[in-house]
Amino acid sequence: MANLYSHKDSNIRKTWLLMTMFFVMVILLGWLFSSVWQSPEILYFAVGLSFVMNFFAYWYSDKVALAMSGAKPASRSSHLELFRIIENLSITAGLPVPRIYVIPGQQINAFATGRNPKHAAVAVTEGALAKLNKNELEGVMAHELSHIGNRDILISSVVVVLSGLIAILADWFLRMSFFGGRDNDNRGGAILLVVGLAAAILVPIAATMVRLAVSRKREFLADASGALLTRYPEGLASALEKIGREDTPLRHAHNATAHMYISNPFKGKESQNWFTRLFLTHPPVQDRIKILRNMNI
Amino acid sequence: MNTLYIVLAVAVVFVLWLVGVFNLLVRSRNRVKESWSDIDVQLKRRYDLIPNLIETVKGYAEHERATLDAVIQARSKAMGAQTVGEHAQAENMLSGALKSLFALSENYPQLRAVESFTKLQDELSDTENKIQAARRFYNTNVLELNTKIEQFPTNLIASSFGFKKEEFFQTAEGEREPVKVSF
Repeated sequence: MANLYSHKDSNIRKTWLLMTMFFVMVILLGWLFSSVWQSPEILYFAVGLSFVMNFFAYWYSDKVALAMSGAKPASRSSHLELFRIIENLSITAGLPVPRIYVIPGQQINAFATGRNPKHAAVAVTEGALAKLNKNELEGVMAHELSHIGNRDILISSVVVVLSGLIAILADWFLRMSFFGGRDNDNRGGAILLVVGLAAAILVPIAATMVRLAVSRKREFLADASGALLTRYPEGLASALEKIGREDTPLRHAHNATAHMYISNPFKGKESQNWFTRLFLTHPPVQDRIKILRNMNI
Repeated sequence: MNTLYIVLAVAVVFVLWLVGVFNLLVRSRNRVKESWSDIDVQLKRRYDLIPNLIETVKGYAEHERATLDAVIQARSKAMGAQTVGEHAQAENMLSGALKSLFALSENYPQLRAVESFTKLQDELSDTENKIQAARRFYNTNVLELNTKIEQFPTNLIASSFGFKKEEFFQTAEGEREPVKVSF
C-alpha cells in the first residue's frame, strides 16, 4: 500500500518538473521577444517578474483564497463533529490539524489552501455541513486533507501564476507588434516576427491546457489518497453524487479560485466532448464516481 | 590511468548510493518513532480522563466495584506497558473494561442524566477514535520501514547498520469481527 508520503514525494518531483517547464516557456518567450525587439532587458524583466509573482502567490495563497471565498473561521464548540472528523483524519494522514473555515452558502463544496501543512486551512460550505452525512463529509474532508498532504496547493498556486504570466507576456508582445516599434525590415527579422506572433498566440493556450490537465490529474490523485485515508471510497462517491445533482452556483465563486474546490463551483453544463474536456478545471463528476466505486482498498 | 578513473567513478557512485539508502532508512525509522508519539499523546489523554470517570460513576453505582476495579487495573497496567506488543494488549483490555463500564451505566438512568458523565463518555469515545486513527498512521509507517528492511538490496545495508523491523500495533481479535446485534 502506498502511503501519503510517497504521493507527496512524487508530487514534489512533478512540481519541479512543471516549474522548470513553465520557466523554460517564460524564458523562451522572453528570449524570442527580446530578439525580435533587440532588447535583452525584456528577458531579464520576464524572469524577474516570474520569480516575484511566484513568491507572492506562494506566500499569500491561503489569505487570498479565504478572503475571496468569504470564509469565516469555525469554532470548535459549534462545529464539534466537523472538528473531530478533521482531527481524526489529520492524525491518520500524519498532518497537523489545519485551520477550519465555514463558507456561507447552500452549495455543497469545500477547498483546501495554504503554502505548507503547517499553514494549511480547509474551508467547507454551510450547505455541505447541512446536506452531507458523516461518511460523506469524512470523504470530502479526506479529499481536502490529501490536497494538503500531497502538496497540491503549492503546485496549483505555482501553476496559476506562471500560466498567468505567460498570458501577460504574450499579450504585451501582440500589442507591441501591432503598434510598431523598431523597424524590422530585414528578412531574418520578419521571420522572427512571424514565429514570435505564432508563439504569442499558441504558448498561452498550451500553458492553460497544461495547467488544467495538471488540475484534473490532482483531483483524481486526491480522490485516491482520500479514499486511502478513510478506507471507504463510497463516502466520497456518494458525496460527489449529491454534488452532481445540485445546480446552485456558489455566490463567491471566482475564476481564479475555481480549481481549488472539490468540484467546479460554477455548475456550468458539463459537456462530454474531448475538446471542452481539455478546458475543464475538474474531471467530470461521473468519471470520478466510477473510479472511486471501482477502487479496491 | 583510465581504469583507475573508472574504478574511482564506480566507487563514488557506490558510496553515494549507500548514503542515499542509509538516509532513506533513517527517515523511515524516524517516521515510525514520530507516529508512535502520536499514539502516545492520545493514550495519555485517555489515562487522564479515566480517574474523573471513575469518580463520577462511583457516586451513582457504588456496588459495581468489580467493573470499576477492572477499569482501574487495566489503566495502571496500560500505563506500565513497555513494548508495542504489551501496549497493544493492555490498551485492548482497557477498551474492553471501559466498554463494560458504559454498558453497565445503561442500568443507572440517574447516572446517564448527569451532564459530566455524558461529556466524559463522549470525550472517551472521541479519544478511542483518535487512538485508532493514530494506530493506522503508525502501522502504515511500520509497513513502509519493514518493507524497506526486507527488500533487496536495501536489506544488506539495513542489516549491516542494525536497522530492525518494528512491531505493528495490533487491534483486539474482537474488534476485527463485525459486531453481533441481538434483540
